[in-house]
Amino acid sequence: MKYELVAGFETHIELSTKTKIFCGCTTQFGGEPNTHCCPVCIGLPGTLPKLNREVVRYAIKAGLAVHGEIAEIAKMDRKNYCYPDLAKAYQISQLYAPLIIGGYVELSNGRKIRLHHIHIEEDAGKLIHKHGDTYVDYNRGGVPLIEIVSEPDIRSIDEAKEYVERLQQVMRYIGVSDCKMQEGSMRCDVNISVRPEGSEKLGTRTEIKNMNSINNIAKAMEYEFERQTDLIESGGKVVQETLRYDDASGTTSSMRSKEDAHDYRYFRDPDLVTINISREEVEEIRASLPELPAEKFKRYTEELGIPEKDAQLLTKYRKISEFFDEACEGVKSAKSVSNFIIGQIFRRTETEADKEQFDVAVKPKQLNELVKLLDSGKIRNNLAKSTLEKMLDSGKGALDFISEADMGGVDDNALLELCKAAVESNPKAVEDFKNGKEKALKALVGNVMKNSRGKADAVAAEAKIKELIG
Amino acid sequence: MGTISKIHEMLTTKQCSCTELTKSYLEQIEKSNPELNAYVNVTGDEALKAAEAVDKKLAAGEEIGMLEGVPMTLKDNLSTKGIETTCCSKILTGYKPIYNATVWELLQAQNAVMLGKTNMDEFAMGSSSETSYFGGAANPFNTKHCAGGSSGGVASAVGANIAAYGLGSDTGGSIRQPASFCGIVGLKPTYGAVSRYGLIAYGSSLDQIGPITKSVEDAAIVFDAISKQDERDSTSKGSSEETYSKLDNDIKGLKIGIAREYLDGVRDDVKEAVLEAAEVYKSLGAEIVYFDLPALKYALPVYYIIACAEASSNLGRYDGIRYGYKTAHYNGTHDMICRTRSEGFGEEVKRRILLGTYVLSAGYYDAYYKKAQDLRGSIIRSFNDAFENCDVILAPTVPMTAFEMGHAVSDPIETYLTDICTVPVNIAGLPGVSIPCGFNAKGMPIGMQLIGRSFGEATILNAAYKYQQAAPDKFMDTKWGVKL
Repeated sequence: MKYELVAGFETHIELSTKTKIFCGCTTQFGGEPNTHCCPVCIGLPGTLPKLNREVVRYAIKAGLAVHGEIAEIAKMDRKNYCYPDLAKAYQISQLYAPLIIGGYVELSNGRKIRLHHIHIEEDAGKLIHKHGDTYVDYNRGGVPLIEIVSEPDIRSIDEAKEYVERLQQVMRYIGVSDCKMQEGSMRCDVNISVRPEGSEKLGTRTEIKNMNSINNIAKAMEYEFERQTDLIESGGKVVQETLRYDDASGTTSSMRSKEDAHDYRYFRDPDLVTINISREEVEEIRASLPELPAEKFKRYTEELGIPEKDAQLLTKYRKISEFFDEACEGVKSAKSVSNFIIGQIFRRTETEADKEQFDVAVKPKQLNELVKLLDSGKIRNNLAKSTLEKMLDSGKGALDFISEADMGGVDDNALLELCKAAVESNPKAVEDFKNGKEKALKALVGNVMKNSRGKADAVAAEAKIKELIG
Repeated sequence: MGTISKIHEMLTTKQCSCTELTKSYLEQIEKSNPELNAYVNVTGDEALKAAEAVDKKLAAGEEIGMLEGVPMTLKDNLSTKGIETTCCSKILTGYKPIYNATVWELLQAQNAVMLGKTNMDEFAMGSSSETSYFGGAANPFNTKHCAGGSSGGVASAVGANIAAYGLGSDTGGSIRQPASFCGIVGLKPTYGAVSRYGLIAYGSSLDQIGPITKSVEDAAIVFDAISKQDERDSTSKGSSEETYSKLDNDIKGLKIGIAREYLDGVRDDVKEAVLEAAEVYKSLGAEIVYFDLPALKYALPVYYIIACAEASSNLGRYDGIRYGYKTAHYNGTHDMICRTRSEGFGEEVKRRILLGTYVLSAGYYDAYYKKAQDLRGSIIRSFNDAFENCDVILAPTVPMTAFEMGHAVSDPIETYLTDICTVPVNIAGLPGVSIPCGFNAKGMPIGMQLIGRSFGEATILNAAYKYQQAAPDKFMDTKWGVKL
């Protein structure tokens, strides 16, 4: 029997507000242990939380970017559990009235992964195990998080990977989080079950906690899918439990069973008042959103004629797409702009981090000027390409490398003269070509290009030479 | 020594210096505190330093405010920077806050002289101050009796004149009940009138800080000083009006309501005293209206469910990791937390944590906590309806007078029942002031409370003041004290 994978995600994303969710401490990553702390975020007796309204705005932004509905009234609840990194023994979160309801993330195969809700909450501190002792660092305690809870709509590991990538991409675009999985500013819990293909009923799920890389998510899901399938095939039953994934062995192991599941004793936090969100505020935030990657992708492919594969590369990071948009202003061929970026500039930004930063020597305006010269026929593609390399090396503009003499193009008469000269001065090559050596033709065209200082149209020159000697 | 205005007059007319005054209070504390156990921490050096600053101002001929230089005390659940704040629990022994409660900041800004921190039931859970890790506080009228609770230490100190006034906290009656037991005045303000920032939480949606004083004027003066909106407490609104300047308004035509349910099960001597006070009000031109408040029968269970639920969450942080008591021997983090809490909390606190944990747990939340919240709504509505037909509600503060020491501890359920008259006000978030209205056959004071509309402190304090003027003999002092 063939089995189908069913998965849903709970994704925690740290918001990049300057200060924490309930006090004025910085949210900066790192720092000496327990230096980004105050009486409120270490939960000293008698202190009270004060909601940072900026967190609400960031979360609304995130909600709008994934098509969620923004609640008019939201409330904060306490999630009670005891762990040394949680200074108050409860996390202030949302259960009964979350900020954002519904929404979806659309994948490249056209499927929409529905979202159940998004809520805001505070992060916990961190335990550090050293010299056989355990230390607590509360710097991260109180850093604002959103938790994005999806429906069990994911059907494959590829979809899972793309879902996480899409979330990462859109959250970075709108600037609410850097979504660095390795630094923990984005973490996923994966709920996974299997069922016979064609079945509508959900199988018993397990939850893999705290995944911190897309690679590990894929590996853990693969392992868990096989484990559950094997179990069912051999007549066993999947037990509902919480698992941890061990990177070294590539296996999952049980953290706690359903019976041991925490009872969080959620209740409304009496220290915080109801959050009211006016429709004006929502519209104001909506208007401030940049063009989102999915929208850009659609525009690039449908309006600018960029191939889908290229459009994906251009929209992956906000800075690249903004570079592209600026460089495209007023040009005839957006495709040329795209080709220069993907073909040449990308070679200067090797890592993903470089691409995300996209801090290259050439400014979008300079590329724009270069493409406009090409558009107008003043220069040819070869010259443009070599000029761009020089621009990337130096940071200078196109006109620093192209003289007046280089421009103006080569008209048909001039081209004919150049071709004639090439044929006359290279009898050997002409002879070779006549004897069937196709390559010899390239040498003749090369001669034309050299003498025209790259301005001649190589395709036209080749046709002309064939005419002359053929 | 005496009321705030008397002390203010003594200081401004140079009858004594603030340092002399403070010293005499400290001497008196040394004499009577061993018997009263009102103070758990006397901060003499700090008090004298504060007094010195006031004397400098006086010497320079500067004007001083009403509360400047007046020796006072804080309940030991109010955070005082650098001064041990224990909630009278073993688990917080040695804990010195690194910040000040907002109320203490406000009073410090007025050069208040704090003599020390006063005794209370552990984490404010109790009605006799006997759940205190440091033992119970005695009643100044008869030290075989308790001072009440949970702010028993403040009431004992103010009643015995070893503090001019004090701040307590009231979650289910913890200001009004000890004030009633000790024959003095206690105001539980409207929820949100006084910032809770720095008050170590018991039941966060019920807790309010308020003054315990010798007179109604004093309660008004202190309330005006501390009822400021505070951005650190999202639930704080501050008071909308001054109360002190509004005392002595005519109460002719004031409608005073008496809910029959408030008199059910109340001891005869208490009932008589309250009804006698109603006659006094009649003679002052007020109108007495009787009405029914059936929702009152839900008040006690609602209170104990909500207060314990919130407490179970609020007290989760005491784990021995960051501050306070930590067990000496343990095997791993989990064991350390278990032992610390088992050894650090007293029986009553454990009982309420268990109760609160239970009513919030999966499968019981709807039957208890959610139902209690719904009933809280109907109690609030009942009070709103009642205030359609009256301006002030008059009720006993406690169905009896101060219990003998040891009584409350021996029967917790019966003790819970004695909160019946005080908890409704906390559930509805309303202001209530307890003032003395007589003595029983054994000479123990009886108290009554005046309950007002939300943020109606000026109205109830004015009504209380009128009574104080009409019946000054009810405001008696103890063997340590002086008459008003």
